[in-house]
Amino acid sequence: MELWNIFDKEWVPVGTWVETALQWVVDNFRFVFQAIKVPFDIVLTGLEDGLTGAPDLLMLAIIVLVGWQAGGRKLAMVTGASMIAIGLMGAWEESMVTLSIVLTCVIFCSLIGIPLGIMAARNDRFWTVLRPFLDLMQTIPSFVYLVPIVMLFSIGNVSGVIVTFIYALPPVVRLTNLGIRQVREDMVEAARAFGASQRQTLYKVELPLAMPTIMAGVNQTIMMALSMVVVASMISVTGLGQMVLRGIGRLDMGIATVGGLGIVFLAIVIDRISQSFGVSARDRGHKKWYETGPVGALRKLAGKG
Amino acid sequence: MADVEIECRNLWKIYGAQEKEALKAVQSEGLSKEEVRDRFNCVLGVRDASFSVNKGEIFCIMGLSGSGKSTLVRHINRLIEPTAGEIHVAGHRVDTMGEAELRKLRAESIGMVFQHMALWPHRSLAENVGFGLEVRDVPLAKRRKAAEEALAAMDLQGWEDHYPDQLSGGMQQRVGLARALAADPDILLMDEPFSALDPLIRRQLQDQFLGLSRKLKKTTVFITHDLDEAIRMGDQIAIMNDGVIVQTGTPEEIVTNPKDAYVAEFVKGISRVSLVRAKTIMSPLDGHNPTSKTVPLDSELGEIMDQFMDDQAPVTVVDTANSAVGIITITDALRALRG
Repeated sequence: MELWNIFDKEWVPVGTWVETALQWVVDNFRFVFQAIKVPFDIVLTGLEDGLTGAPDLLMLAIIVLVGWQAGGRKLAMVTGASMIAIGLMGAWEESMVTLSIVLTCVIFCSLIGIPLGIMAARNDRFWTVLRPFLDLMQTIPSFVYLVPIVMLFSIGNVSGVIVTFIYALPPVVRLTNLGIRQVREDMVEAARAFGASQRQTLYKVELPLAMPTIMAGVNQTIMMALSMVVVASMISVTGLGQMVLRGIGRLDMGIATVGGLGIVFLAIVIDRISQSFGVSARDRGHKKWYETGPVGALRKLAGKG
Repeated sequence: MADVEIECRNLWKIYGAQEKEALKAVQSEGLSKEEVRDRFNCVLGVRDASFSVNKGEIFCIMGLSGSGKSTLVRHINRLIEPTAGEIHVAGHRVDTMGEAELRKLRAESIGMVFQHMALWPHRSLAENVGFGLEVRDVPLAKRRKAAEEALAAMDLQGWEDHYPDQLSGGMQQRVGLARALAADPDILLMDEPFSALDPLIRRQLQDQFLGLSRKLKKTTVFITHDLDEAIRMGDQIAIMNDGVIVQTGTPEEIVTNPKDAYVAEFVKGISRVSLVRAKTIMSPLDGHNPTSKTVPLDSELGEIMDQFMDDQAPVTVVDTANSAVGIITITDALRALRG
């Protein structure tokens, strides 16, 4: 061997090691990962059946009403127009599948990410340990873990949710941590001074005050989940992403465009709705949520009648 | 002797990982604040503070920022854990109290007002004021009633469903006071409550609080960096510097008899006209003949000065039985005025 070109030879066979390790995990612990799949599967199947099974117009009405409730009439019009555009392009069914995947992902990200964020805000050491993992989850190219995910969880929509979950979890943890840490110290002190326990302080003072920041994190999570749908379609996740992937595979510009536009419109709808959940009560003029939107209108009608 | 409501004995607070070691070294070697910082990387917050507050009295703790006064007051409801020392509140040992008992004490017996109000922006005024009752699971209707009463006591009736950001600074601090009073506690801790307000509003709130305090007779610990305010409000004043209580006494004692140069520097600019009383500046009668001009023992310097308007003959001080006990010359009065 030539001394000048010592790197022609592979000295450290990282690839082989990883392959062996993965194979060992798959052989011995696949049942663990299959068990992890169960809760994701239940939620996803429920949502998917509900969203795709319901009549299109009923779903459209529900989404517009949610938009109206969350952000007023203007948002209702934006969501209505976007969803009608998706429907007219013939991507309704696919968009409902994608929506259910994104929603499942958000549910699990919030369920796990918000408590993690709270714990991180309480404990500096935990935060120091957690941070490199979050960095890793966010920066490692998702293609890299597609293969192990497939081997451990097999292919399909549920695995797609898990891949998306890994990629989309960090922002909600980060922003929950930030939001709780940013609560003014004298607000927390005042709660303690009036006899609140740690739990009461969390629920009555810290979480409500951190809510706009936490919701910004949830919004980020949603956006990252949406950006994963095309990548996830490579492990046979159905929905809008698959339209795009099929378009690329067949060089069919038409279907790729429809899928892409569908993702954009869906992103607009989910982004605006989730952003308006994060608007603080102060900026809404201190109206309770049930005093505005369709619910407020109904209550007014009921009150008059 | 009056009943003691709050008492702290030999209270120490050292911040830092090595607080116990630092405490030992300070106690045995008498290290200074800087030595503690350099040797143990600890900050000396409160140094061997002892004081007692009688029932119904307003006790002012005065000191510049960083003197440890806010740290000291937070030991009374143990928002800050002491490094060493005893804290007695209304017959209970606060420093050894369990968590549940401590929460009960905070919610039911001690109200607190904060410098920057610390009202919760997401809660209506009624929800802010009723918080102490809410955490004790008092039913909503009762909470609401207590909040309405407390707000009414601070002239804020009708504002229950507004939010803190809709109020001016002065009104916000009145809500802060209402919140502290809502559970009808025996003790009020006030951490520079009026410092963030403009002078006119501050004056109004001081008067309103004094009036209320006379009526309700709450034992109050009042923190301030303003000696004028301390003199106006306090029955007793403790002056703090670098974590140490330098001097404790009535306003008159502090002003007329400062213990060291630090306190003297503070009281230099204070007007003595309504503070110094006849009994402090009079000299014994021996030798002098009582004059026709008389003032009672506890008359203020201002009234004594009035006696010298027409002629400069000495003034005789008389006790309640109207017998002469001392004499004040114009020189005495001028000297007292100058301090």
